[in-house]
Amino acid sequence: MSADRADLPLSLTVNPRPDQWLKFQADETVRVATGKVEIGQGVVTALSQIAAEELDLPLDRVVMLSGDSDEGPDERYTSSSLSIMVSGASIRLVCAEARALLVARAALRLNCSAEQISVEDGRFFMDGAASDISYWSVAPEIDWSLAATGTAAPKAPGEYRIVGQNVPRQDLPAKLVGGAYIHDRIPDDVVHARMLRQPGRDAVLRTLDEAAVRHAAGGEIEIFKQANFVAFLGADERSVEAAAAAAVEYAQWDNAPDIKPAQQEAAWLRGQPSDDRQYGAEEDVGTPGEVVEATFSRPYIAHASLGPSCALAQFSDGHLTIWSHGQGMHPLRRNIAEVLELPIEAISARHLSGPGCYGHNGADDVALDAAVIAMNKPGSCIRLQWRREEEFAYEPFGPAMLVDLKVHLDDAGRPADWTAEVWSPTHVQRPGTGSGFLLAAAALPNPPAAPVPQDPLEEAGGGGTRNATPYYDIPRTRILHHLVTASPVRTSALRTLGALPNVFALEAMIDDLAIRAGEDPLDYRLSMLSDPRARAVLETVAKRAGWSQRGSGGEGQGLGLAFARYKNAAAYAAVAVALRVDEQVHLDHIWVVADGGLVINPDGMRNQLEGGAVQGASWTLKEQVTMTGQGVTSLDWDSYPILRFSEIPEIEAEVLNQPEQPSLGVGECSVSPTAAAIGNAVAHALGRRIHDMPLSRERIMATLLH
Amino acid sequence: MAQTFEITVNGEVRHIEAEADLPLIYVLRNELGLTGSRYGCGQEQCGSCMVLIDGEPSYACARAMDSVAGRNVQTIEDLGTVAEPHPLQQAFLDEQAGQCGYCLSGILISAKALLDRNPNPSRAEIVAALDGHLCRCGAHTRIIRAVDRAAAVLRGEGGA
Repeated sequence: MSADRADLPLSLTVNPRPDQWLKFQADETVRVATGKVEIGQGVVTALSQIAAEELDLPLDRVVMLSGDSDEGPDERYTSSSLSIMVSGASIRLVCAEARALLVARAALRLNCSAEQISVEDGRFFMDGAASDISYWSVAPEIDWSLAATGTAAPKAPGEYRIVGQNVPRQDLPAKLVGGAYIHDRIPDDVVHARMLRQPGRDAVLRTLDEAAVRHAAGGEIEIFKQANFVAFLGADERSVEAAAAAAVEYAQWDNAPDIKPAQQEAAWLRGQPSDDRQYGAEEDVGTPGEVVEATFSRPYIAHASLGPSCALAQFSDGHLTIWSHGQGMHPLRRNIAEVLELPIEAISARHLSGPGCYGHNGADDVALDAAVIAMNKPGSCIRLQWRREEEFAYEPFGPAMLVDLKVHLDDAGRPADWTAEVWSPTHVQRPGTGSGFLLAAAALPNPPAAPVPQDPLEEAGGGGTRNATPYYDIPRTRILHHLVTASPVRTSALRTLGALPNVFALEAMIDDLAIRAGEDPLDYRLSMLSDPRARAVLETVAKRAGWSQRGSGGEGQGLGLAFARYKNAAAYAAVAVALRVDEQVHLDHIWVVADGGLVINPDGMRNQLEGGAVQGASWTLKEQVTMTGQGVTSLDWDSYPILRFSEIPEIEAEVLNQPEQPSLGVGECSVSPTAAAIGNAVAHALGRRIHDMPLSRERIMATLLH
Repeated sequence: MAQTFEITVNGEVRHIEAEADLPLIYVLRNELGLTGSRYGCGQEQCGSCMVLIDGEPSYACARAMDSVAGRNVQTIEDLGTVAEPHPLQQAFLDEQAGQCGYCLSGILISAKALLDRNPNPSRAEIVAALDGHLCRCGAHTRIIRAVDRAAAVLRGEGGA
């Protein structure tokens, strides 16, 4: 058997050796390694459930190792709702195979057939009678370096006793008593560090008034400079923070960006240079029916992690160790090795918990910042934390998007031909993907060439095109994708990529077409939705939300719903939103119903559905990155407001479990339908459609007065 | 000019040498090793750094040392441990109230202050007590439920 069978999950083909995943330890536990990391989504707990299930062990005998470049498998980034689908599927196969190998070995030792063997708590039984051998006594006799074949049959879902249970998060207890984050690692002799950021990749430092910076620091600091990379170091964190804050004022740059206010709006994207592609059927311009067109937009938005990015780095005895809260430790190690021109084996990258990131934020960049300094301060542990303003200014943003929809209707008022034309800067500039670089690399000597913008491939769900194709039964659809190659700010992956604006647009269009056809929006959707699982989430959410009692609207009270299957390939989600609109939108109730196939941890999934709904609502109602001149101007929580406790509605999330179906990525599925359901509910409340996000007080007032 | 300030932190009297305007958070995190109070924004906007000063929720990130002198500071570390969680911490576990968890130290502190003065808060009162805090992951409804649950437990009503 060969391990590069096409049907094996990617993580297993890249990491075929069982010893890259499993280690039978002396304390009678099994260490299960994953390249995916805990970012608050509960995935490490869910993966431990899968491992314990297939190994037939209680959960407390499974110890997870997550995000370790030396000892764990390379699973690239924790992204795109793929952790359960890819890492989970790999762990399931490896553990099933390990169990089969262990049982076969035990049968040999006990001189019986494998069928006579049973396992309880890692101990072997023969014909129901206890033996004196266990996983741990037999494991050393097996060659775990031989590639897994993926041929051992995992358990049938009907046999599950741990998968499908609401197992509490392993990481939460420590986080509730004040521990556990990378920010909290402050060794006694630590060197604190802060950056002066190069305002753009071409900016060149002309002058820095070092005397003024030292004065502002208030305490002793060291100024570290290498080309356009400038950092402030010292034993006193407050002094380096003060120095870095002051340095922004005392530095002058040549070739800094000069952003025009219009560039912060999505409308600016139309007509910019772009890499253009078309997907789908040619438009049938001869379609006889009515043509309906509309334009929708979403501005630049931020990850806006609650804590600023942080990293530790130490270079000792020729080896660089990096502690990071990034989403992938193997890619981080490769990327830093490339910038520092070090052999990859000379670097270890270890994951520690950080604030939620929701995509590619500053976590990777800050690790290079710390590493550059560590290389020049052998033996010192460098702790580099971004300033709050730096986090808001220099994270890679979720790109602005502009979406034109053009629909030819058939005689029954249903779409016969659908065009989504999308303008968007790239949605992925993760370093190492070919289209991105670690931020500080541009400030160092020999900066990398400007990246060539690329988007995720269509087969991976696309970026700007994500969910642009309706999941409804429409005879002809196409996407015209303008990948805008110039953006005033760096952009990269943010939860759902382009799905949020695309679903917001297409579900708004569907609602408007239903009204035009004189039909109920739910019935209209169901009339062109043949996938029974899609119908089920919609019908269930409508029932929960009391859809049948929905009034005619226009009186300030709104009820809206929306549906999407994330990437048209992952989990199904339908969302209904009840709200009121006066001068602004007040959310009263959000109902989410989702189908993620086999669910590993239903409460963990509900937590993701709820959080996704809140984040989607926040982006839809409140958020926009503003910029002008040298850069971003929304630099604090007042100028970049997010949804607050007093704005949170009641939220009910329901999981339609399908244990016989493969697990589908669920982490992002509720976000976009929530945005669209809010848009539809606001249109219902006002009797008028707002096409541009955020649905702010200014836009509501303008719509009311119009 | 550094001065010596006497403050009581989690029941222990401490003498801290510091500039008068040094924000309390640096003392807690870097000198006393109480890293549960987190830096989030430094501008009293997010609540990650919330501590109790004489029982009142206070942002530690911009609170100058000279305004804390002679006072009683309580941080998340004084609430409970993994082995012996405070009823609030237990309620957060029971509700699985959190995602990344970065905001939780501060939120637990404000929740404690609320329950200390109002053992039976309404949902609106819980929301008002937590409105100085941001949560980016969207765990709000669970957090509200957890505070409500802890209140019931502390009142001696049911609870899990």
